[in-house]
Amino acid sequence: MSTENVVLHVADVHKSFAGLHALSDIDLSVREGETHAIIGPNGAGKSTLLNVCIGRLKPDSGHVVFDGENLTGKKPHQINQLGVVRVFQTPEIFPELDLLENVMVPILAKRDGSFKLNLFKRFSSEAEVRRQAEETLVDVGLGDLGDIEAGSLSRGDKRRLELAMGLAQKPRLLLLDEPTAGMARHDTNATIDLLKRIKARGMTKVIIEHDMHVVFSLADRISVLAGGRIICQGTPEEVKGDPRVKEAYLGEEQV
Amino acid sequence: MTRPTAMGDWILFICFSVVVLAMPFWLAPFGADYPDLMQKFAIFGIFAIGFNLLFGLTGYLSFGHAVFLGVGSYAAVWSFKLLTMNIVPAMIFGIIVSGVFAFLIGFISLRRSGIYFSILTLAFAQMSYNLAYSVLTPITNGETGLQLTLQDARSLDAMAGIEVTRSLPSTTLFGIKTSGLPGFYICAVVLIIAFFIAMRITRSPFGTMLRAIKSNQTRMSYTGFNTRPYLLWAFVISGMYAGLAGSLMAVTDPLAGAERMQWTASGEVVLMTILGGAGTLIGPFIGAVFIKYFENIFSSFNEQILHRFFDALPDGLENVLVSVTSLFVGEGWHLTLGLMFMIVVIFLPGGIMEGVRRIGKLFSRKPEKVVAKAVEASGAQS
Repeated sequence: MSTENVVLHVADVHKSFAGLHALSDIDLSVREGETHAIIGPNGAGKSTLLNVCIGRLKPDSGHVVFDGENLTGKKPHQINQLGVVRVFQTPEIFPELDLLENVMVPILAKRDGSFKLNLFKRFSSEAEVRRQAEETLVDVGLGDLGDIEAGSLSRGDKRRLELAMGLAQKPRLLLLDEPTAGMARHDTNATIDLLKRIKARGMTKVIIEHDMHVVFSLADRISVLAGGRIICQGTPEEVKGDPRVKEAYLGEEQV
Repeated sequence: MTRPTAMGDWILFICFSVVVLAMPFWLAPFGADYPDLMQKFAIFGIFAIGFNLLFGLTGYLSFGHAVFLGVGSYAAVWSFKLLTMNIVPAMIFGIIVSGVFAFLIGFISLRRSGIYFSILTLAFAQMSYNLAYSVLTPITNGETGLQLTLQDARSLDAMAGIEVTRSLPSTTLFGIKTSGLPGFYICAVVLIIAFFIAMRITRSPFGTMLRAIKSNQTRMSYTGFNTRPYLLWAFVISGMYAGLAGSLMAVTDPLAGAERMQWTASGEVVLMTILGGAGTLIGPFIGAVFIKYFENIFSSFNEQILHRFFDALPDGLENVLVSVTSLFVGEGWHLTLGLMFMIVVIFLPGGIMEGVRRIGKLFSRKPEKVVAKAVEASGAQS
């Protein structure tokens, strides 16, 4: 594999929980601008891998390097400040804040850094931040709901809102954990369209996904995870043709 | 949901100022228009507004905020003793010293959240309370409390040539005596300034971050925020408010005792904030007025007053009613307070402010909906 323009490099990562090897010998490179999908059956270690990348879990050995910076041992907010943003599987939003505030807060994190004692300016008169937030809400199709309390949204809309919170930070690397899980077909297609549009802007993405339709319409390259190991890596065509993948995973779904 | 506008905030601020400054007039019918009590309203209003900046915005429940009240009082009295009887340095000194205390206590307590945070703050408060009675007696004067004496240095006053001869000097604001009604107006102006600052903080990006922390702290760290300094600053600011309130206590009555730091005092400000409405701007002040009013007025009722109140009724009934109601007044006012608190928490979890909001909604709704609601309500009752 060529090493040019590798943004995220997961090197030789091991992680076990109480003797169970959740991840072993993980070696993964994500190139600038690509959409890299990680697929695999339930319990293959996909979410664990993502959690290692954003500092939620510490690997037992090995390390994760993002653009020359070692992410292992860094705190979540430090990793975010480097430009690595994660969108969670169960929507993590601010339920008591309205939609506009939900999106403005991450933008301020990017603009002001991890802490700023900004006491006397009015939050709602941060015009530029507000404009960006409104734009992002329109982008994900929640444009006219800015005044609504986020907790009252439907689950699908909450996921879209969280996507907006991630996108608003204009991350250098976006990690998406099953962005379409639990969505109706119509919403899934809308999300795929959205993610395609983002791709056109050159944002690097890592997507964990169950839905093969989503994976094959978005991914440039795919890594297949099974039993905590990467069993196959390549373009969608290569992965589709690989017999080990069929055996471990695709066989169940009849692609 | 409507977003608070700058215009709306100014209107709220002006209304608040008018209501506070007009207290001597509108409190007269309630028998609460004497300066002593009104000063308490203002001082505890500041205390509760500051407490709400921590509890209402971040959701971190401090159970030891009275420490800062006590520290503010001691600092102010020391300022009177060593520097000058002018209250301005005393208040500044009170704010700074309590801010330092809040930084130290907050730095350690904020390593934990939820109930553990509350317990840590409570432990610090009890520790400070006991220290004030024992080891720190040279600073706090132990059980007697810290008082002014004729031998105090008062270096700034001495330099200005103000001599103290026979009687103890009284606190002043550049020559204006700060006891009685002027004392109330000083407290009221400070309260209005404190309210204004609290309002600005609540509406600022910083305040919004605090609300976001309350809403989902984990998410905040994955959004790129270091939540610790946000919480610590909220804790320090709220401690400074308490210190200011404490120094005002010393301003209106220049002595300081350790009982101000007792856990009951810490509990009281929690009650005030929840009763009025945590997280709202004016709720904490309303809660403070409510509790201080009941504490001072209800507790002064005795059986004679009750007898007079039920005078029109037949003798037997009058005696029964008096003996029942006497349980709730005088010494028993805590019972009334407890009942009120339970009713508010069970039926109006958002405090008195939620009640106000609900009533407001009822009137702003379209007429047919109100009718439907009324029918529904009467149906539920029968």
